[in-house]
Amino acid sequence: MDNDLMAFGVRAAKADDIPSCGDGRERPGYRVCGFVTSFLETPVGPVPVVSTDLGWRDYGGGFSARWNLGRSHYSIAPGLYAVGAPDAVAPVLVTANYKMSFDALREALIGCDAWLLVVDTTGINVWCAAGKGVFSAAQVGALVVKTGLKALVSHRHVILPQLSASGVRARDVKKICGFTALFGPIRASDVPAFIQGGMRADTAMRRVTFTFKERLRLTPVELSLTGKPLLWALPVLFLLSGIGPGIFSLSQAVTRGGVACVALLTGVLSGAFITPVLLPLLPGRAFSVKGGLAGLVCGLGLCVFYGGRFDLRILAALLLWLVAVSSWLAMNFTGATPYTSPTGVEYEMKRAIPLQIGAVVLGMIIWLAAPFTG
Amino acid sequence: MKDMRYIDNMASLTLHTDLCIGCGLCTTVCPHGVFSQEGPRARIEDLNGCMECGACAVNCPVAAISVDPGVGCAAYIISGWIHGKDKASCGGGTGCC
Repeated sequence: MDNDLMAFGVRAAKADDIPSCGDGRERPGYRVCGFVTSFLETPVGPVPVVSTDLGWRDYGGGFSARWNLGRSHYSIAPGLYAVGAPDAVAPVLVTANYKMSFDALREALIGCDAWLLVVDTTGINVWCAAGKGVFSAAQVGALVVKTGLKALVSHRHVILPQLSASGVRARDVKKICGFTALFGPIRASDVPAFIQGGMRADTAMRRVTFTFKERLRLTPVELSLTGKPLLWALPVLFLLSGIGPGIFSLSQAVTRGGVACVALLTGVLSGAFITPVLLPLLPGRAFSVKGGLAGLVCGLGLCVFYGGRFDLRILAALLLWLVAVSSWLAMNFTGATPYTSPTGVEYEMKRAIPLQIGAVVLGMIIWLAAPFTG
Repeated sequence: MKDMRYIDNMASLTLHTDLCIGCGLCTTVCPHGVFSQEGPRARIEDLNGCMECGACAVNCPVAAISVDPGVGCAAYIISGWIHGKDKASCGGGTGCC
């Protein structure tokens, strides 16, 4: 009976990713992360061995982060980890301590034996951290020294993600810790092939992509970023919509405000979802143009839908707002793509922002004047 | 990226071929294949593919590459207009990355 209960307790704890007495993972004073399967005794102390399978917690956490919930705190403790049963000649793979970066890497390493060196990038992904200077040679070098890597492995090289190169000067890593920094492939999924190929990446591994799936994954964050501005924009629209010859009309606020909100939300959908997803299919190079055109198509659809109920001036104002919002949000998406140059973004912003503001102001004038001009 | 292109003739990238020692590191780190190795020196193969990430300039051992690196994000650029380029930020915790 007791044995059965114990067995059940261990099973339940494993299912729940919580360590329990007797499964050999717990350490006094520490809480063991669910992705740690055991500890490996090494010359530099016990090293946590991590699973290459992602569990529901990992998928759930990743899903939340994609929706911008707790994304700035979605990190793991920096330091040394192990995958499989690495020895003194096993490769050392460096990554960021953003949980999704770490998860992508360990998931790719199924069947591999490797050491993972997780750098403190303040919980930011590899490329953004490199761009911000928090994924640097100083960070990598200091961690190699701190973890005592020299006593752990007999070789003297570490493999960095290629996209860390904008922050990590490889030769400085060597200067700081004596390890040669090699740039591995861009995607974690190519790491096993890179290792098996004798630390060589083919051209495809060295090129960044921006597929439909990759773009789709980015849209929840884009949508979530519009939440706060919408929280004040929608009430303001209702208030402005009620202003008329009788100072303020509630019924007018509801009918006009309602359709204005529909137009605004359509603009958000067009700029933060439709434009990113259909990006290569939309004409133009500038994102403000792509977003403006997507907004125009959505707006014309909206005008047809509401054509019988509102006059042309109202529809024109709605169209102006919708196009401006869509164009603005699409332009903001440049920050999430892997191919827009900052010089180009600034160039298009200088031209697009005056037009976007002009469209909003013109729409506002038409909107406010309409009730007075009957 | 050949299938997706941004605005042409923007990139601030320059390669001083006379300084180049042909180590090939720029061709390794560039995620867009902007450089190619031609004999003993690198050359710019696809300038308009450059997104100014700065990886090549950071890693060039002889400082033969110059580029004005930055974050191609609207919020960051507006912050730069307001606070000056050195103090630009993406807007704290709610920022994009």
